[in-house]
Amino acid sequence: MLLTISTTHVPATDLGYLLHKNPARLQTEELSFGKAHVFYPEAEDDRCTVAVLLEVDPIGLVRGRRGPAGEGGQLQQYVNDRPYAANSFMSVALGRLFGTALSGRSKERQELVDTFLPLSVKLPAIAAGAGSELVRRLFEPLGYRVSTESGLLDANFPEWGESRYASVEISATTRLRDLLTHLYVLIPVLDNEKHYWVGDDEVEKLLKRGEGWLATHPEKDLIVSRYLKRQHGLTREALDRLAEEAADTKEDEEEVRNEEEQKVERPLGLHEQRMGTVLSVLRSFGARRVVDLGCGEGKLLRYLLADPQFEFILGMDVSWKSLEVAKERLHLDRLPERQKARIQLVQGSLMYRDQRLSGFDAATVVEVIEHLDAPRLEAFERVLFAFARPSYVVLTTPNVEYNSVFEALPAGQLRHRDHRFEWSRAEFETWSRRIADQYGYEVRFQAVGPQDQMLGAPTQMGIFSRAGGAA
Amino acid sequence: MKLAFPELSLVLLVGPSGSGKSSFGRKHFLPTEVVSSDFCRGLVSDDENNQASTSDAFDVLRTIVRKRLARGKLTVIDATNVQPESRKSLIELAREYHVMTVAIVFDIPEKLYQERNALRPDRQFGPHVVRNQCQQLRRGLRGLEREGIRYVFKFSSPEEVDAANIERQPLWNNRKTDHGPFDIVGDVHGCIDELLELLQQLGYSVSAEAESYVVTPPEGRKLVFVGDLVDRGPGTPRVLRLIHDMVQAGQAICVPGNHDIKLVKALRGRNVQITHGLDTSLEQLGKETPEFRQQMAEFIDGLVSHYVFDDGNLVVAHAGLKESMQGRGSGTVREFALYGETTGETDEFGLPVRHNWAAEYRGKALVVYGHTPVPEPLWINNTANIDTGCVFGGSLSALRYPEREIVSVRAHATYAEPKRPFLAGDQKSARSMQQALDDTLDLEDVIGKRLIDTRLVPRITIREENAIAALEVMSRFAVDPKWLIYLPPTMSPSETSQHPALLEHPQEAFAYYRNEGIPSVVCEQKHMGSRAVVVLCREEETAQRRFGVATPALGMVYTRTGRRFFSNEALEAAFLTRLRDAAEKAGLWVELGTDWICLDCELMPWSAKAQELLRQQYAPVGNAGIRTLTAEQYALAQARAHLPEIEELATRTSQRLNALQQYVREYRQYCWPATSLDDYRLAPFHILASEGNVHTNKRHTWHMELIARLCEADNHLLLATPFEVVDLNDSTSCDAAIAWWTDLTNTGREGMVVKPLDFISKGRRGTVQPAIKCRGPEYLRIIYGPEYLLPDNLERLRSRAVGAKRSLANREFALGIEALDRFVRYEPLRRTHECVFGVLALESEPIDPRL
Repeated sequence: MLLTISTTHVPATDLGYLLHKNPARLQTEELSFGKAHVFYPEAEDDRCTVAVLLEVDPIGLVRGRRGPAGEGGQLQQYVNDRPYAANSFMSVALGRLFGTALSGRSKERQELVDTFLPLSVKLPAIAAGAGSELVRRLFEPLGYRVSTESGLLDANFPEWGESRYASVEISATTRLRDLLTHLYVLIPVLDNEKHYWVGDDEVEKLLKRGEGWLATHPEKDLIVSRYLKRQHGLTREALDRLAEEAADTKEDEEEVRNEEEQKVERPLGLHEQRMGTVLSVLRSFGARRVVDLGCGEGKLLRYLLADPQFEFILGMDVSWKSLEVAKERLHLDRLPERQKARIQLVQGSLMYRDQRLSGFDAATVVEVIEHLDAPRLEAFERVLFAFARPSYVVLTTPNVEYNSVFEALPAGQLRHRDHRFEWSRAEFETWSRRIADQYGYEVRFQAVGPQDQMLGAPTQMGIFSRAGGAA
Repeated sequence: MKLAFPELSLVLLVGPSGSGKSSFGRKHFLPTEVVSSDFCRGLVSDDENNQASTSDAFDVLRTIVRKRLARGKLTVIDATNVQPESRKSLIELAREYHVMTVAIVFDIPEKLYQERNALRPDRQFGPHVVRNQCQQLRRGLRGLEREGIRYVFKFSSPEEVDAANIERQPLWNNRKTDHGPFDIVGDVHGCIDELLELLQQLGYSVSAEAESYVVTPPEGRKLVFVGDLVDRGPGTPRVLRLIHDMVQAGQAICVPGNHDIKLVKALRGRNVQITHGLDTSLEQLGKETPEFRQQMAEFIDGLVSHYVFDDGNLVVAHAGLKESMQGRGSGTVREFALYGETTGETDEFGLPVRHNWAAEYRGKALVVYGHTPVPEPLWINNTANIDTGCVFGGSLSALRYPEREIVSVRAHATYAEPKRPFLAGDQKSARSMQQALDDTLDLEDVIGKRLIDTRLVPRITIREENAIAALEVMSRFAVDPKWLIYLPPTMSPSETSQHPALLEHPQEAFAYYRNEGIPSVVCEQKHMGSRAVVVLCREEETAQRRFGVATPALGMVYTRTGRRFFSNEALEAAFLTRLRDAAEKAGLWVELGTDWICLDCELMPWSAKAQELLRQQYAPVGNAGIRTLTAEQYALAQARAHLPEIEELATRTSQRLNALQQYVREYRQYCWPATSLDDYRLAPFHILASEGNVHTNKRHTWHMELIARLCEADNHLLLATPFEVVDLNDSTSCDAAIAWWTDLTNTGREGMVVKPLDFISKGRRGTVQPAIKCRGPEYLRIIYGPEYLLPDNLERLRSRAVGAKRSLANREFALGIEALDRFVRYEPLRRTHECVFGVLALESEPIDPRL
């Protein structure tokens, strides 16, 4: 990992003074994650460049108990970009090597410390994102000129697309201490993906380093949320190990994807509308015992819990992690006893018959079936309509026809990467009618969200009532 | 006094405090067989005499009794049991579990109790208590049988108590020590000609003497009849005669059917409706002597309603029997065995609708039954209905046990018309009843902590948290479980090499097998692609018939975690068609006598399935690494002019850059665009199973040679795997294999896999590792990171423990083979799925993923 800072201030070698590092020597410091070297590729009067070169120990990252607090041994993979792409290790090194310069105080030459100098910084590889746009959004508001250079991920495989790393150069006439502070905060923010700060005092550090510029930065929210991003991967170990096709069960990815879908639908407030409609349908049936199949992180459960009409609520999901989040969000541990008795969360699967699903007035299946492989829908049908047989089933799924209305969604793309299919209204209605026929239900349909004359509404809902048996 | 009662009973000791019940219990029963109310009072309240805790104590007592009776354990209740209401709930419990109730009554002179209690400081509750108990006891004594107690024994004096001895009698239905082999015959209904023909086919020679039959069975075999010997058919008296004689001679065992029981009632002059062919029997028997009729009625009367044979592995009952009733004796059990269970509804033919108990059956015993005619013997969940409706013009069938083969003879005529047509005609469904039932799996069969018995490793534990992880993967990503008849085990690498510049080397793999006493191994080139399991059918229809999937298909290709390999259906179909044609051309179907095979393979290119991994992890590391190290090298070169001390850092940085370049070269060679079928290469290495066979009993050389022939049939799509057989005790042979490995790994191949010559090999401590991988040093860059070979790094990587990985590999191997075994034996899907699910669950065990 490399960072260089250059200046054309005269005399340029003042840089060495400001950094408290002698240009005539190679200085090496042992850090928890490897070695940090400081040297000067050039140290002329008219131009001086200092280089911070980190030799991150790739084995130690995986094996050792070394590294910043809590970090040791947390990397799963030896094949990792951590030793190469600029990341929080660089911030740690800057703090250790240039502590005095960062503090902005000097006993003898305070005026030099306070002087605005022509400075430029080069990072040969940092995760700059598509088009390096984020680098600009982060640095330009602080007065830097930004130039970036990226390229293909692998020249032999152009189909793999652009590299997520760019070499970045930022320059400005500024005080060195400001430059270092900005780098200290913004390098990990850019890097984002795997951020290994874990200490509790990170909030304090951020406030201290961000003094005087962060509060007014237009990307303040992004900076704070990314900087403070905690690593919460441990619980996912077991699943990750199973995920040979890796990425799509990783939680970071998942979050990104949920963001994706919400980004598409948010302008409509569709989520809230969907919940509202499902609730009013349930209320109209007078349903008391309700099971929410595929309850995820408990968005519908929260509304159900708030309405005493629903005497017992069962939330089921196949993802243990989602259930943990749901438990947290609904504060299940802190509910009063009687409230707690109204709700239960269980891990289960729509692919397996399950005794626990019997005896409910209503089942809700909100935005779930599109996550099932089409050839396995039949198993779901049997589990719900043949075996669980609630009096009512309220089921929603996207209406694919409406997708062309979403501006954020490229044509032909589904709303979520895990969607195995999205149905037109005709497809959904054909399927629903077949189910109703086969299993002795009646079905009617309702549109959810703003209606387009040609394309219908973004969400379609089927309301199934068990023939004869419905109360 | 001898107290004789069934070995499985609920025994109530009845008598006031101080009557000596507890001493009696200690003398005649195991301490664990006796559940005492005093003890339970102590459990819940720390005081055995705390009367206020009685209600809680009895809750505990009843719970213990339930658990014991459910497990078929004799249980003795040591409580006063003097009031009818306290006996009532216990008698109900016994009924619920279909066991007999026994009462042993202590009705000895009251003054003896008082004297005994007076000696015990903890029993100072006053004489009136015992007096009351005595009165209650006497009042209830005569009603005990009416309460539902089957055996009552009474002691009137302490001498009688002392003289008592207990005899536990086996239940009549207990023939567990009879191991057969058996020929179990379905409903005969008076079809004497077909029966004689069937017996002949089964190898029994039958000769008719004047008044009896003389039968010579095949060596050691015995007949079992599932009942309904009579009615409708032409030869009821002769059938009765024949079976009666064989039973008397100890050559046959018979359970009664509902028709047989009804016939006896009619013969005894009871008022029964003369329907369902009873008239035929009565007419035929009318021509026989009264003695004959009397003899046959006694014979049928004496029949036991069901039997448990062969250590509990076989149950025979006329209408079948639930697991909870097997080996139990009660009126309910007998009713079930004779008539089955009906739902209370009637069908369009006016016949009672039968509850399909077999669909829910989970027992370990094979239940063989008849009662309801079916066109073909019907196998569901380890039950077999062998009433193939002979009297209705179907056939008479026998099931040979333990062979599980069916022998049938066609009916010579249609002797009666069934009310409900049972021969479905031509519209035979492609899928069996079992396969239709298997469309839905039950969560209870996979979730929670489980123990799975396999042929190779007994009692493999699946931990609950692993099942949780597997449930998600199985539900969200796996293909239809009907295709998932196998998942491959993980593979351990060799122990770390002694060689200073290497982590892995064949020498260690050879040493492992040599130490285990394995004389020869086969070394197969390891391909770098993605593991793929291919289930291939000869015809599309085979998929429905053999695998029970809903739609015709030529098979399925899935990954090591059960995901569908191809997302493009057309590509998948084309791929399978090519494979099917190759198998046809190579003569595989004929040679193996099958119309499906399951292959264990590597599918190239790696990039086809690992695209995400390459784009998210492998390529970015190369890209970031080369960018950074190139810049570092440049900066260091600049500094070198004025800073000679930087030389060492500069050299190291160049080495690191070089390592990154090597790494990129390494991953690149396993990648190429896979846009059409022509871009794929499949390298099969095991022919795992085909109809009737799991080929783990063959040597790897058999697999390799047969696969080589398959590959010749399509040498563009298929890639034969080079292999060498190595004699571990011949150093020349070992050296040659090592030279081969060195050559492979120097020319951009991943490495090789070393396997014992026999697919399943026993070593010093049980089954040895099925395979050990030796990966080349360049390849390991994509496992241990680009820079792992730098001296300081390599040294630290040497310490790695393969023990846990190997234990895991062994368990997964055993589960995978067990899954195939069960599938090949036509067991219900849940049984195969359990094993496959187990492999997936074990894969979530925390093991160093780099091994």
